[in-house]
Amino acid sequence: MSFSVSQHGDVAIIDVEGQLVVSNRQELKQRVLDEVDKGTTKVLVDFAHAGYIDSSGLGVLVSLAKRIRETGGDLRLANLNEDLQTLFELTKLDTLFQISETRDGALASF
Amino acid sequence: MIAGEMERDTETLDVRISSDVRHIDMVVADIVRLAASWEYQRKHLALNLPVALTEALSNAILRGNREDPAKSVRVRAELTAERLVVEVSDEGVGFDLAACTADPTAAGNIMREDGRGLFLMQKLMTRVERFTDGGNVVRLVLHRG
Repeated sequence: MSFSVSQHGDVAIIDVEGQLVVSNRQELKQRVLDEVDKGTTKVLVDFAHAGYIDSSGLGVLVSLAKRIRETGGDLRLANLNEDLQTLFELTKLDTLFQISETRDGALASF
Repeated sequence: MIAGEMERDTETLDVRISSDVRHIDMVVADIVRLAASWEYQRKHLALNLPVALTEALSNAILRGNREDPAKSVRVRAELTAERLVVEVSDEGVGFDLAACTADPTAAGNIMREDGRGLFLMQKLMTRVERFTDGGNVVRLVLHRG
C-alpha cells in the first residue's frame, strides 16, 4: 500500500498502489493536502493499481474533494476497476466525483 | 475428488488481535485466502469480503474498543461450500445496528465523510447481525452463490 505523487502541468496526480483503507487513509490525506498547501487546485487520484477501498478511504476522498472545491479547484478520479465502480455506485459517490475511464481522459477534463 | 485429497466439510479460523488498525489487513488477507481455496466468486474475494471485513474490524477496534491497547478483537470464521460466517467480537458496549445505519446515499448525507461502514457491510454481505455474547459481536454471513 503506497501513494506516489507526480505533476502533469498544473494537475497533481496521486497514484494509489494497493488498498485505500483505515490504516493508510491519513497518509493519502496528508499527501494531497501537501499539494494543496503548495497552491495546487487540480488533483487527480488514479486507481489503476489500486485494490479495494473501505468507508474510511471513501470518506477521505469526500473530505479532500470538499476542501479542494472550497478553493475553486476539483479532485477527480480515474481508472476505477469494475469492483471499485460498484463501490462508488452503491454509495452514490459516482454522482459526487467526476470519474474518467483513463488517466489521459481525466487530465483532459480539467 | 482427486485421489488423496481430503474432503472438507468445514474450515475454521480463530484469531485474536490487539486494538490496532494495522492488524486488519493481515486478518482480512487470511480469510480471503481461505475463501479463495473454496473457490468463492471472484467479486466476493476482491470486493465483498475484504471491504465488509475491514469495516467490521475497524468498527470493533475504533468504536468498540476505542483503540485501547489492553483490549482485543476476536475473529472467528467458518467456511463451508455454501457459506462463510465471520464473527467479530470486541469488548465494547455494543450498538443498535438498525439505529446506526443511516442511509449515506440520502441527499443530506452524501457529502458526509463518515457513516458508510455499516451500510457497506449490509450491501456487500448476505446478512449482518449484531448480538452480545460475553462481548459485542458482529456476524457477517456471505452465501457462496
